[in-house]
Amino acid sequence: MNNKAIFALVGLVSASIVGISTQAFAASRDNISIVGSSTVYPFSTTVAEQFGKSTKFKTPKVESTGTGGGMKLFCKGVGVDTPDMTNASRRIKDSEYQQCLDNGVKEIVEVKIGYDGIVIANSKKADLLDLTLKDIYLALAKDIPNPDGSEGTIPNPHKTWKDVNSALPADKIEVLGPPPTSGTRDAFVELAMEGGCKKFDWIKALKKSDKSAYKTQCHTIREDGAYIEAGENDNLIVQKLEANPKALGIFGYSFLDQNSDIVQGSKVGGVNPTFDAIASGDYPVSRALYFYAKKAHIGVIPGMKEFLAEFTSEKAWGPDGYLSEKGLIPLPDNERSGMASSVNNLDALKLASQ
Amino acid sequence: MSESNHSGTTSMPSSKRAFDIVTDSLGKRYAAEKRFRIYGIVSIMLAIAFLLILLVSIVSKGLPAFTYTQVQLPITYDETVVDPEGGRDVDTLSRANYSALIKSSLRELFPEVTERSELRKLNKIVSSGADFLLRNRILENPDLIGTQEQVWLPVDDEVDTYLLLKDNEAFGTGRLSESQVSWVNRLIQDGKMENRFNRTFFTASDSREPESAGILGALVGSALTLLITLIISFPLGVAAAVYLEEFAPKNRWTDLIEVNINNLAAVPSIIFGLLGLAVFINFFGLPRSAPLVGGLVLSLMTLPTIIIASRASLKSVPPSIREGALGIGASKMQTVTHHVLPLALPGMMTGTIIGMAQALGETAPLLMIGMVAFIVEVPGGIFDSATVLPVQIYLWADSPERAFVALTSATIMVLLTFLILMNGLAVLLRKRFEKRW
Repeated sequence: MNNKAIFALVGLVSASIVGISTQAFAASRDNISIVGSSTVYPFSTTVAEQFGKSTKFKTPKVESTGTGGGMKLFCKGVGVDTPDMTNASRRIKDSEYQQCLDNGVKEIVEVKIGYDGIVIANSKKADLLDLTLKDIYLALAKDIPNPDGSEGTIPNPHKTWKDVNSALPADKIEVLGPPPTSGTRDAFVELAMEGGCKKFDWIKALKKSDKSAYKTQCHTIREDGAYIEAGENDNLIVQKLEANPKALGIFGYSFLDQNSDIVQGSKVGGVNPTFDAIASGDYPVSRALYFYAKKAHIGVIPGMKEFLAEFTSEKAWGPDGYLSEKGLIPLPDNERSGMASSVNNLDALKLASQ
Repeated sequence: MSESNHSGTTSMPSSKRAFDIVTDSLGKRYAAEKRFRIYGIVSIMLAIAFLLILLVSIVSKGLPAFTYTQVQLPITYDETVVDPEGGRDVDTLSRANYSALIKSSLRELFPEVTERSELRKLNKIVSSGADFLLRNRILENPDLIGTQEQVWLPVDDEVDTYLLLKDNEAFGTGRLSESQVSWVNRLIQDGKMENRFNRTFFTASDSREPESAGILGALVGSALTLLITLIISFPLGVAAAVYLEEFAPKNRWTDLIEVNINNLAAVPSIIFGLLGLAVFINFFGLPRSAPLVGGLVLSLMTLPTIIIASRASLKSVPPSIREGALGIGASKMQTVTHHVLPLALPGMMTGTIIGMAQALGETAPLLMIGMVAFIVEVPGGIFDSATVLPVQIYLWADSPERAFVALTSATIMVLLTFLILMNGLAVLLRKRFEKRW
């Protein structure tokens, strides 16, 4: 072994690292960079792929970072080394918007792309459940209102579904759901738990007097093992439900749609989680999905405007579009056309706090 | 041993006591030893059983992905559709409406289908990526325009999933309609639909359609990332090991460095990802998602492994070699480079390969630097966006479409093959070149 060769190699490598790092990367980027929610990821990537195949532009890069992580990257500033768009399974928060403004991301185009139903499913081997939001709240909250009707709470004593509601089977409460980092969990807590929580008048009154106490009361999920955090992987929850017919699982509608031979979605408030029921808003546990684009990058990154047009075209997000096949529930017709025109005009987002 | 014990204790009044104790307890001791062996065998058996369960489940799930249902269609490359201007212009050819060719071919095969919604269902039997296959055929060979040929095209993933699961009663017809099932059955009877080798799996990159998804992009990304890792960590690791082992004085500082290297080897890999994000991306401004950054981060992770293995193999070179070389007048550096290093190199390479195999299977640090992403283009260099094989597995495992289950397991099989090959190479190197003293 020639020692000169080793030293030369080491020198070369360190020189190249220094050389690379000083070189200006910020000069150009010719593909769109998208970050954000793992719930929107399947839809965003489908559009990206279609866009890459059918236009002369490069296929956008889509990272799955989670809604919060995506916002953080998105709001870091303007420039080609920051992402152009971020996906979100909830609306941008005031704090995040403020951070964007502070970092020079002044004009943001908000696009609401459709709805995603959150289903509470069990194995097809078990009976179909008919739950109300109140049942869900009483089964999964950490502290529940005093059963004698007076104000005040007790730690959740319910062991079986029958304890919650005598019409339900006497099976142990065992619910597999997403962890707190997940946007699905946020939406489930907000829509299902809070929806059931509000049914108690004194808690509803609490919302006006003490908002944080109200939130704690409605949003806290029990930690005694009845609710099992099953990770972000919804396929895993489906498999676990198949193995354990007594358990329930919480996940997005598209997974129910793809696995309808294994699992069934429980009725919530008497409504089955079907495509039509979620689209019409009859099914109560559904949330809107969004993505946000930087106006300052339009015209700088090639293909931005065309990508927005592709995403908001009828063949993508319409009722018969390719996104609906992937499980996206489209916006109602009038809302869709309104959204499409505001995207076309690149109307910048203005939050109420501004 | 018991004999000498015995003769030593005969004069004592309580004679033969120690001997008796030993003899009496002998059966117990043998039993204990037997039990101990059984524990060992049981734990090995358990490990093998779990490994078998894992492998069997991966292979049985993954094998279907290597074949894919394809349908043979007579495609007429109608000039009015493909190239209405007749100029054979690449731009026109690549933007032509190739799905119209597939649709008209299907319509000829099933002339009885006329209703609009039924026609839509008929068209959905063929993969939505099939028109791009036709486009590529025409771009490769524009002389095909105006001719007719039989082309095997992939079916939609719903059809493939149906054919895979149709014996399962609960599955029924899945997401296919009754009419689609009858068309599929007719095509199978006519011999126009069959399971063929899935070339796409090895020639395509990520896609949201399982039938157009492949591992080429991830494979190239892994190769580029590992190349960077190797180029950086091997020379640095060996140089560090040689210096620490052969040249460095033994003092407090080198002790401190040694302890820290050993500690670094145990740091969770996600920490290296955070470091990479802060240093390489935020400070040096290297591009996100690039194999260069991935390689840099992974080399930080593998460096301690390589240094520790290299030092161990330097230590195993007997001092007599060094003394012999020094004795006939070689300098310290000549001793190291001419004698010690060549003898230690096989051990160093083994360590490096094992470190590389570890790096090949890593996802956590890559999460932080943006390599967990949907990337369709095959990376052409170390600055392009790329993913790696384990990330591809993670992304597909999270996809709702059923057909991705098979693709996930098939990718695991590919990854395992590479890991076994690398570990096999390490064993081979050790067997062939390692000297024992």
